[in-house]
Amino acid sequence: MKFKTTLLAAMIASGASNIHAAQLNVTITNLTQGIYFTPFVVAGHDDSARMFATGQPASSELQAVAEGGDISGFVSLLNSVGAVVVENPAGGLLAPGSNASFTIDTGDLNYLSMVSMLLPTNDGFAGLDSWSIPSEPGVYTVNLNAYDAGTEANDEIVNGGGAPGVPGIPAAPGGDAGTNGTGVTDIETNQTVHIHRGVLGDDDATAGKSDLDSRVHRWLNPVIRLQIEVL
Amino acid sequence: MKFINQSNRSLSGALAFSLLLLAGCSDSGNNVSQQPVQAEPQPQQKVFTIDVINLTNNQPLSPLAIISHSEGAIWTLNQPASVALENLAESGDNSMLLTADFAASSLNGAEIIPPGSSQSLTMRVPLMGQAYISMATMLVNTNDAISGLNRVDVTNLPTGRSVSYVTNSYDAGTEANSEMAGTIPGPADGGEGFNSIRDDVDFVSLHPGVVTSDDGASNSVLNESHRFDNPVMRVTISRVQ
Repeated sequence: MKFKTTLLAAMIASGASNIHAAQLNVTITNLTQGIYFTPFVVAGHDDSARMFATGQPASSELQAVAEGGDISGFVSLLNSVGAVVVENPAGGLLAPGSNASFTIDTGDLNYLSMVSMLLPTNDGFAGLDSWSIPSEPGVYTVNLNAYDAGTEANDEIVNGGGAPGVPGIPAAPGGDAGTNGTGVTDIETNQTVHIHRGVLGDDDATAGKSDLDSRVHRWLNPVIRLQIEVL
Repeated sequence: MKFINQSNRSLSGALAFSLLLLAGCSDSGNNVSQQPVQAEPQPQQKVFTIDVINLTNNQPLSPLAIISHSEGAIWTLNQPASVALENLAESGDNSMLLTADFAASSLNGAEIIPPGSSQSLTMRVPLMGQAYISMATMLVNTNDAISGLNRVDVTNLPTGRSVSYVTNSYDAGTEANSEMAGTIPGPADGGEGFNSIRDDVDFVSLHPGVVTSDDGASNSVLNESHRFDNPVMRVTISRVQ
């Protein structure tokens, strides 16, 4: 669905003027059963910038989001490159079963991107990379996948560690994580942005390798659905 | 910087180019004309750049088999895999797919693509009424998982334009997903590649993923790092000529 929409959007955009003011009404839906999303940072931007690219190392701004949910650095960076930025449209965490809506006027900027951290993970995030905003009014559906920022080993230890470079998971907002996990791994094999392999978890709340619950903190892609109305 | 709609060449220029005719053009492949005031020769083929990114955490991808074709398919969901696909899926050997009888042209990726790495290839497609590009690769730390694209229609893709896809993982269905020592050819095991015995469901499906020893499959030689979710690759096909 996403590919077709994206391709169509590209075809349409190419036949139209480069300059088109666009107001977008966006609804973000959490598709998971047990994952919370930290505050989203959303940007309308031109083709000179990208928030992330698969196969490339994460920026320090993305690392701050993916490891700790801190969007402040990304907001500053996006403002410095002339992006239109929407911060925290869900007003905090986006819980399982929830959605949030916002409006963004992207003006003559042709691309929409966003990121948000998955909790509880070490450095998992959901992302939209440079969606080409259609000039054709209508309602578009875009699914987002879960990525691994490649900046922190997925040890699955919930210890409050959310600062960049600090091991561990900052929090399990559902209050359903365990303790005393010995750590799943201390190796980050792929240090570029890549598709998240999922969390391992276990079913022992007070021991085992992981503090995560293998029955609760799991997902398959996609993890977020966007409904984007282009006016 | 963007993946799609990379318009480096004006559409009007491309149209004008395609309208040029040249009598008696060389078939040697050397398109440089020695004649003064001579139009550029009509191309005998289309040329595409294919960029691939391995999106997995720890699944190197075997050398790609890429073919162009106007009929056929390198796999069909819910149908048995061809022997050529079975070879690729169980051992990473792409040679039989590259010489498939329905291929109009083929391209051997030649190199393993490690996780997080990219490969850029040039694919030449002869002029034909309907042109598809298909490709396949093995996730080498599995029994018989593949990823790829099936029948991407590039017939009407204009010069200077791109299409971008992400690809799923598929199970060839020709080898049981035992994950046991000696059955997986990738670096996680170094085990057996192709075996003509089909001890699995014998149809191609979406892949259910790997279990791994860390997730309770006690006989598995795989660990949690080898797990994967879709998509597996990002592929951008750009028409350059």
